[in-house]
Amino acid sequence: MATQVFKIPETFRKDFKYTFCPGCDHGVAIRLVAEVLEELGLRENAIVAASIGCSVTIYDFLNIDALEAPHGRAMAEATGIKRARPDKFVFTYQGDGDFASIGLAESLHAALRGEKISAICINNTTFGMTGGQLGPTTMVGQVTTTSPTGRNLEYYGYPIKIAEHIALCEGTAFSARVSLDSVANIRKAKQAIKKAFEVQIHGLGLGFVEILSSCPTNWKMTPAQAHERVRNEMCNIFKPGIYKDVTEGLK
Amino acid sequence: MALETITEKKVLIKGNYAIANAAVMAGCQCYFGYPITPQSEIGEFMSGKMQELGRGYVSAESELAAINMVIGACSTGVKAMTSSSSCAVALMQEGLSYACTDELPVVLISVMRGGPGLGNIYPSQGDYNQTLKGGGNGDYKMIVLAPSNVQECFDLTYKAFYLAHKYKNPTVLLADGFLGQMMEPVEMKEYPYPEIDNSAWCLTGAKGRDGRVIRSYGPLAEDRCEFLENLFGKYKQIEENEVEWEEHNTEDADILLVSFGSTSRNVRTAAKICAEKGLKVGTLRPITLFPFPNKRLAELAQKVKKIITVEVNMGQMVNDVKLAVNGKVPVELIHKGVGTPPSPEEIVSQIEELV
Amino acid sequence: MSHIVIDENRCKACYLCIRECPKNLIRVSDKTNSLGNRTVEFCDEKKECLGCAMCATRCPDLAITEVYRG
Repeated sequence: MATQVFKIPETFRKDFKYTFCPGCDHGVAIRLVAEVLEELGLRENAIVAASIGCSVTIYDFLNIDALEAPHGRAMAEATGIKRARPDKFVFTYQGDGDFASIGLAESLHAALRGEKISAICINNTTFGMTGGQLGPTTMVGQVTTTSPTGRNLEYYGYPIKIAEHIALCEGTAFSARVSLDSVANIRKAKQAIKKAFEVQIHGLGLGFVEILSSCPTNWKMTPAQAHERVRNEMCNIFKPGIYKDVTEGLK
Repeated sequence: MALETITEKKVLIKGNYAIANAAVMAGCQCYFGYPITPQSEIGEFMSGKMQELGRGYVSAESELAAINMVIGACSTGVKAMTSSSSCAVALMQEGLSYACTDELPVVLISVMRGGPGLGNIYPSQGDYNQTLKGGGNGDYKMIVLAPSNVQECFDLTYKAFYLAHKYKNPTVLLADGFLGQMMEPVEMKEYPYPEIDNSAWCLTGAKGRDGRVIRSYGPLAEDRCEFLENLFGKYKQIEENEVEWEEHNTEDADILLVSFGSTSRNVRTAAKICAEKGLKVGTLRPITLFPFPNKRLAELAQKVKKIITVEVNMGQMVNDVKLAVNGKVPVELIHKGVGTPPSPEEIVSQIEELV
Repeated sequence: MSHIVIDENRCKACYLCIRECPKNLIRVSDKTNSLGNRTVEFCDEKKECLGCAMCATRCPDLAITEVYRG
């Protein structure tokens, strides 16, 4: 008798259809979020704040309560939701431009205040929805539509290392960077998301996961090539790992 | 400043504190704000009171964050507010456009100061256009209430929460630095309005039901047209039901003075002086700026010979008065750019020049 | 018996699953789905599937909807 080892999480809306480009890792990340919500029994108590960018479409796919935020403001809206309803499980699902460029103040201050919320940030080094412009995480040398000869320091300066910055905030309970370049890393990513959700449940502070993802369309690569880039280029600059975990040593 | 207990006796209180007390007594569950003169007392009061009552308070990192925190809190159906002033309300325009589209009961206390730019901290009515014409993108309207004394600061704060929830529409209490800073006797009555049931739309977690989405994104043009028609249908309802104004001596007036907020106090005194001089002068003060008393102004335009608006700005409401009377009578403007309202004597001498 | 179920109409032809299968049991099919994509198909004549679910874990579009092991 065969046992089922994989199914579409019930947290997805009936007949949902991902509208992401072929090979886009958003699809994997949202599935992991759904799996963790289900495993922790959070679906019926969860509210997600998602701000503009490809990430906002999470509300079309997951059958949970959702509030759309203006670009960059998801952390502020999540703060408002949690302060109004501390009994709810509140998380954000954002892109890097949203979380760390236009929304950097909201993100860092939510971490400094130790908001008891969780935040998922997809880092694909570019503004995906608008067609692949230079973002706060674009790597030095990387070609985008607004860095046609590659990101140079004279004009653009350096990319931000989000997980490290969030880890520096004293209100942060958990901060990790994971990658979706391989199946093994996808499984690690799920564990990190779970941890980021659990610290909220235990009221320890902000739980944060930065997820290194591919954007094959805007990188002008095949999905497989894009994962090579995540592995060989991004992981060297944005090193995966757990940067803060206040539960270490506790039990 | 302690929370005033509900009392039939009048207490002497500053406008900003009256507003803050009313918000707390209306059941405001969350306050998010960033300091700016001349309304900082509201945030100061709320910081202590909300913590004391175990309600939500965040000293926000910016006005952008503050308005979005209010949006977040309102999405769960609770009463929530922020307060700010002029150049800082400018920072909230994006959020207000979203809140109108999301149809959320956001309450904003806007205490006007001098502009444009940083301007100064003198009172002003320079944000009439910012509030009424929308500093944010797209077609939207907020309900706007304009108090003229501290009692009204208190009463209209109650009303702002009620109307915001009744119509699921952002509502602004448009005061000015004069009202925020001055003290007057106020009777603090209990919140007189019914509580609105938000359970059909608010976000509480999808327990036993499908997930709700509060969103402003409408990818298809046709859907968007329908959405906007419905939204403006709601605005029409608001115009039919909620327009409020105060008028005096309009029956046989030759001249109608139109003003709002603190300015209207000097305008009424000016009208009395005019009457002593034998001029037939009536006054009209819109209490709701949206909805605007268009119909009443159009009626009065059939009777009076001239309408004069008095404002502390370079002439903003005057344009709405002109639209309301549609060329029926000449509409003139007496104004002062910024500061305390023109004195009754100044207003009278300008009226005499105009007639 | 270990096997997978593919919802062809979800497949966007990224073909990441093909590389992931340790037994090379997934290949490009002759069929075109409603999205206009040449979909993948599961072909396991020798009953080699391990039920490891690596293909489903990798698939960004949840086109591999079920995996059974044993």
